[in-house]
Amino acid sequence: MNSQRQSPIYRSRLLQPADERSPDTHPLTWRLRDDGQVVGLEEYESKEGYQAVSQVLNERDPGAVIAAMKEANVRGRGGAGFSAGLKWSLTLQGNNIPRGYIVCNADEMEPGTFKDRLLMEQQPHLLIEGMILAAFANNARYGYIFLRGEYVESARVLTAALAEAREAGWLGPDVAGSGFDFDIALHTGAGRYICGEETALLNSLEGHRANPRAKPPFPGQSGAWGKPTVVNNVETLCNVPAVMLRGAQWYQELSGDRTGDGGTKLYGASGLVNRPGLWELPIGTSGRELLELADGLREGRKLKAWLPGGASTGFLLPEHLDLPLDFDTVGKEGSRLGTGLITVVTEDQSMVALMRNLEEFFARESCGWCTPCRDGLPWTVKLLLALERGEGEAGDVELLDKLAADCGPGLTFCAHAPGAAMPLQTALRHFRHEFEQGVGQPKGKPHADAIPAGQV
Amino acid sequence: METTPTPQNIATDGFRLHPEDEAAMRAETSHYEQPQAACIEALKMVQRRHGWVPDEAIPAIARVLGVGPASVEGVATFYSLIFRQPVGRHVILVCDSSSCFLTGSDQLREHLTNRLGIGLGQTTADGRFTLLPVCCLGACDGGPAMMIGDDVYGPVGEEDLADILEGYP
Repeated sequence: MNSQRQSPIYRSRLLQPADERSPDTHPLTWRLRDDGQVVGLEEYESKEGYQAVSQVLNERDPGAVIAAMKEANVRGRGGAGFSAGLKWSLTLQGNNIPRGYIVCNADEMEPGTFKDRLLMEQQPHLLIEGMILAAFANNARYGYIFLRGEYVESARVLTAALAEAREAGWLGPDVAGSGFDFDIALHTGAGRYICGEETALLNSLEGHRANPRAKPPFPGQSGAWGKPTVVNNVETLCNVPAVMLRGAQWYQELSGDRTGDGGTKLYGASGLVNRPGLWELPIGTSGRELLELADGLREGRKLKAWLPGGASTGFLLPEHLDLPLDFDTVGKEGSRLGTGLITVVTEDQSMVALMRNLEEFFARESCGWCTPCRDGLPWTVKLLLALERGEGEAGDVELLDKLAADCGPGLTFCAHAPGAAMPLQTALRHFRHEFEQGVGQPKGKPHADAIPAGQV
Repeated sequence: METTPTPQNIATDGFRLHPEDEAAMRAETSHYEQPQAACIEALKMVQRRHGWVPDEAIPAIARVLGVGPASVEGVATFYSLIFRQPVGRHVILVCDSSSCFLTGSDQLREHLTNRLGIGLGQTTADGRFTLLPVCCLGACDGGPAMMIGDDVYGPVGEEDLADILEGYP
């Protein structure tokens, strides 16, 4: 092999050196090594690892764990922002209720999102510890890490870490001498974005097609195999040990006076920025701060728009750069914080082409269960392709409005189609002229090799 | 009306699961309340051994899991990383999601297409590579990204392709 040029093997990395991270300010990443190697069991234990499990399980008060999580206001880091403590408080528990499951949603597939990979590849024991604490609080008997199939490195690291934890007595019968028994299996998927929807994930876990389930009942009442089941994102679970060890008040104060949400967040930036990457920052950090950390846009480009947290969030504008990126603030601007990893769009990039790409994604990834999603999304792709070629017809832009509205919240079986509608509606609102320019102005075929929706 | 085949009497047209795979499938079922949950893993085992999942493997897996073949077929046709027709020795997954789109995934796909002489969903005549699109690979800080076998690459420029592909004979 030609050794003159290094093959660009991708490695997950945090763009903050170890000396900028401390246990008091960076609960998720302070243990990560500058060389990017896995923090193994020994190193993890020497850095407060599993202390929260020893302490909490032997205090034997699951209610206190839920109360602390509520007070810390840890909001779901998978994108929905639902209070983890509140979710846990709704899990059915009691003498006549069978013990259920903790499921870690590690199906990271939201376009623009690359954060859970880092936590799993470099610090697997933090996730395992978080799951043990979650299991204790929710009286779960068993845990699953539902990992997307493409995350091969995560699977390798997690498999080794689970064996280490079992060997050391952190998993299995009588965890840490507390009398509580709990173990975890790694479950890897085989593609399909819809698996990240928590009820579709449960169907997939059970070995079915990943169609979502009707809610209610919510998983906390009836989840995997009809048992009470808690589904939490990787990053959410990774916050639990620090909350238990350092306290809800400390956690809440990490975000200072930026926001009411507590803690830190793995934020990131991608697109045409000079230094795309990932940082652990107080929740409520602004888009401008992220762009500064990313060293601005490449080659003097100008910012046109940005997605705050993945493909299923609404477009924000340069004027929104100073807003604190927390769940409520971004929600008030017609978008969602989502996963908190921003994607930037520059002035020279076409919103119509980008929307076509996004809707091709959502159309392809629709599970096909309900009509607005199955039929509506491919229709938006057809319209957007025509507009992109300048071959749109009068009324096409208005038809996009209607299709997006018909895919809105409450009109479809799950959140997939509303997730596809939000970027489309915000793009139509902010950049309508770009779409209107595609009506009746044939200019050839810029989009070579279109991917027919539903046929890939 | 035809009787629904039960797991015991399905014809598997001479397809035999490898004994190691069958044992591994049975072991996998022990992690779950119901054996069907091992379905994706069972399909992946067949795929690891054969490169893809032939039709005849479906009833064979169904018999191990104790479910009807339609359940296994439903799963096998739903998930994009389960291949139902032969693929090349190496499958190239090119990320086509938004961050990579904005950093040049269309160009990357075109370079691959030109170099390999195949489009998405196709396999080279020598059976070496199959080219497929994939959802966001979670490597957006390295866009445009792609995956070959178990390896993720990014950012990939045209000038990198020769060396990268050379590693997959």
